[in-house]
Amino acid sequence: MNWIFEPWPWYVSGPMIALIMFLLIMVGKNFGMSSNLRTMCALCGAGKHSDFFKFDWKSQKWNLMVVLGAIIGGFIASHYLTNDFAVNINPDTITELNTLGFKSAGKSYLPIELFDADAFTDIKSLLILSIGGLLVGFGTRYAGGCTSGHAISGLSNLQLPSLIAVMGFFIGGLVMIHFIFPLIF
Amino acid sequence: MARTVIYLLIGIVFGITMFKSEAASWFRIYEMFKFQSFHMYGIIGSALVIGIIVIQAIKRFKIKSIYNEDIKFIPKDKGITRYLAGGIIFGLGWALAGACPGPMFTLLGAGFLPILIVIFFAIVGTYIYGVIKDKLPH
Repeated sequence: MNWIFEPWPWYVSGPMIALIMFLLIMVGKNFGMSSNLRTMCALCGAGKHSDFFKFDWKSQKWNLMVVLGAIIGGFIASHYLTNDFAVNINPDTITELNTLGFKSAGKSYLPIELFDADAFTDIKSLLILSIGGLLVGFGTRYAGGCTSGHAISGLSNLQLPSLIAVMGFFIGGLVMIHFIFPLIF
Repeated sequence: MARTVIYLLIGIVFGITMFKSEAASWFRIYEMFKFQSFHMYGIIGSALVIGIIVIQAIKRFKIKSIYNEDIKFIPKDKGITRYLAGGIIFGLGWALAGACPGPMFTLLGAGFLPILIVIFFAIVGTYIYGVIKDKLPH
């Protein structure tokens, strides 16, 4: 059982994700996480400002339970199923990230430069995390789904719109990493 | 009640998988967009191959849900603009924050509190979309 404490290889993780999608389908639901953000807006009373949020959020309660589970799962995995938090990325990637100023590359799970407690008071970290969040929230709803809804569920169902969305994900990601990162880091 | 517990358990398995696969790691997302590892492509690719087979099988053999209900797959609306534009915007944010809407909650559970900033603004971003969506090309 020691393998469980190690990072899971792709050939375990990928089938696990397919299994999660299968389980959700078999209980009559679907695998799509970003719609929860819309539900949370509705919960906060956003229906007063836009019809987009006027729906019965209780019909989405099941997906909020999946979110709660994802939080608990993160707690369990980090507290009880992980000994070493370093993410073993490519040494070339580590070298590049070091030159960009990410000294924690290869040593931690997330870059401490962005995600340690100082992030709440550091203007640059705050800006990066908030703009990142804004783009994620706006983009997923505009595109009608995220990695789970389009890249996994949509492509598994051979949906052309999902293929277009996933191409968009990669265009955006490549532009950010290759052209915008050198300007901001 | 029983159904609620099932959703919660599936979520827990999802959260553990996101954390242990390192798909929730900012570093893995960066490495993926640099094409410097097969890891993320292996995860998405293998999930996809199995997913296609599973969904085709459910359709072909008309498999019913465990509650004996018909399983319906709702086709996505046709279009290009919204998927491409929305996809690009999401991709920019995914690479910057290093988290998508599932793993951001896993990271919260793992105790990385600054991810709350990402979650809060992702909700704000969704809200902004809802308010201006009629002015956007779809």
